[in-house]
Amino acid sequence: MKRMQNQTKSVSKRTWREKMTYVKKNWQLYLFFLMPGLLLTIIFKYLPMGGLLIAFKDYNVIKGVLGSPWVGLEYFRRFLSSPDFMNYLMNTLKLSIYGLLWGFPVPIILALLLNRIRRTGIKKKVQLLIYMPNFISVIVLCGMVRMLLSPVGPLNKVLGISTNWMTMPSAFRTIYIASGIWQAAGWASIMYTAALANASKELEEAAIMDGANLLQQIWYVELPAIKNIIVIQFILQAGNIMSIGFEKAYALQTDMNLPASEILSTYVYRIGLLNGDYGYSTAVGLFNSVINVILLVFVNWVVKKLNDGEGL
Amino acid sequence: MEKKKKKKYSRTDRIILGIGFTILGLFVLSIAIPIVYVVLASFMDPTVLNNQGLSFKIKDWTLDAYRRVLQNEMIWRGFLNSFLYSLAFTVISVFVTLLAAYPMSKKEFVGRKFFNIIFLITMFFGGGMIPTFILINQLHMVNTVWAILIPGAFNVWNMILARTYYQSIPTELREASAIDGANEIQHFFKVMIPVCKPIIAVLALWSFVGMWNSYFDAMIYLNDANLQPLQLVLRSILVQNTPQPGMIADIQSTAEMAKIAEQLKYATIVVSSLPLLVMYPFFQKYFDKGIMVGSVKG
Repeated sequence: MKRMQNQTKSVSKRTWREKMTYVKKNWQLYLFFLMPGLLLTIIFKYLPMGGLLIAFKDYNVIKGVLGSPWVGLEYFRRFLSSPDFMNYLMNTLKLSIYGLLWGFPVPIILALLLNRIRRTGIKKKVQLLIYMPNFISVIVLCGMVRMLLSPVGPLNKVLGISTNWMTMPSAFRTIYIASGIWQAAGWASIMYTAALANASKELEEAAIMDGANLLQQIWYVELPAIKNIIVIQFILQAGNIMSIGFEKAYALQTDMNLPASEILSTYVYRIGLLNGDYGYSTAVGLFNSVINVILLVFVNWVVKKLNDGEGL
Repeated sequence: MEKKKKKKYSRTDRIILGIGFTILGLFVLSIAIPIVYVVLASFMDPTVLNNQGLSFKIKDWTLDAYRRVLQNEMIWRGFLNSFLYSLAFTVISVFVTLLAAYPMSKKEFVGRKFFNIIFLITMFFGGGMIPTFILINQLHMVNTVWAILIPGAFNVWNMILARTYYQSIPTELREASAIDGANEIQHFFKVMIPVCKPIIAVLALWSFVGMWNSYFDAMIYLNDANLQPLQLVLRSILVQNTPQPGMIADIQSTAEMAKIAEQLKYATIVVSSLPLLVMYPFFQKYFDKGIMVGSVKG
């Protein structure tokens, strides 16, 4: 341990010459190992960041990104002053915040309950079943939702009505979030289940000896055991609020439910790739990712405050 | 032991536990019912399904939908394309990711911090949909498989997982192989890869399933019908409501067609989801392991 510390310390203190000697001696590490990943990152991640310039330009395919004339903040002004802006922003925020609030506790509750099943045979079978939806693709999931909720589908048959749920803007978020929980909650419970399995059995037994009841055991022994994972998962998911997936929202959209289902990413796709308005849609996308970064920093800051200085 | 513990539950505890298990039971049912329904419905005669719903009389059952789906060329082509894309993507992605993780796992690697920041930034910020599309377009990758295989091949998150795994391996291994005269490349292939099989299996499975189930990149980059992966074929059948023409060529009336189209969707769902659903229990332990690596190292 001590030796390691000495080594790491010396890394930052190495002179320029020593560093060059290291690079020369270990050129394989740079050229063979790092290069492919680095090149892919520069080409497919950083070059598009340069392409963000067209959010401030009247992009013209022939003139290219650099040659097109500047328009300044024109697109941002247009977007922020359009009535769509608030609508799409709120759709995005509501979909992911409600999704987080409803969806986040479910895997934790599942794991706590699974942990109480004593018969391992039953536990294994239940787990195998609730993991299953995770392997159904987004398209198939949305296809299933569309069919089960269709006017002639089983849900309407059971209820004895023929509502077309997929065309109702007011039903969209419920459909989206419920199907999301259906698909992901079981799978997400794995890491909590595993952490609970590793939780100190002695502590649990001591608590039982002391006469702790079920809720006290959960509160004082089991929840602390998975607290770190809960915090990490919450930061990761809260930081992704604005980058809510395109694939599922788009696959659940119908012309009629657009007032609730059009979120920023599907809007960017529609005006950018379908209508060809590159500059404007890039501006909308940039707006989206900037908010995302701000949110991530903010959430990390809040969690650090709450969690004794430990963030991500 | 079991018995001793059982006694410890008080009356209130048992009530709470009862409520909890009821909730769990309902959740399990809510997962199972739609799946079972889809499977059963795919075997139903469309007229019966339409009029009265599920029926358990043998005469109301038919394999007609499966015959039509399995005879369809586009479904098979979709399967083949998806399989090839997922396989190719897995090989490329895992290879590049494992390679990059190796120097990044070395504490003394000069530039480690700098490259780390370069990689991490891309996890939180990017050019977004349109600039990426313009770039791929300018590179003439549209309508080639490279558009969906290459841009996402290097996965920073997976790189972090692989790096964490490498760091759990004693550095004495490298010292030993250095004494034997092995350079880094030889050491990587002869020693590291065999030792790291568990994490490689995890990354490979994730990459494969991720590629198999995604459709966005293929939707914007592959317009050629012959290049389309299964998910895009499914999208046109399930989401856009356009059954493959070959599936219903022999049916005359529109009403009949609508009924059969509904049943075709059920059969399509079963056929397309079966491979992964049948396979995943066999790979479950690798997935478990991967999730643990991921959750510990946030």
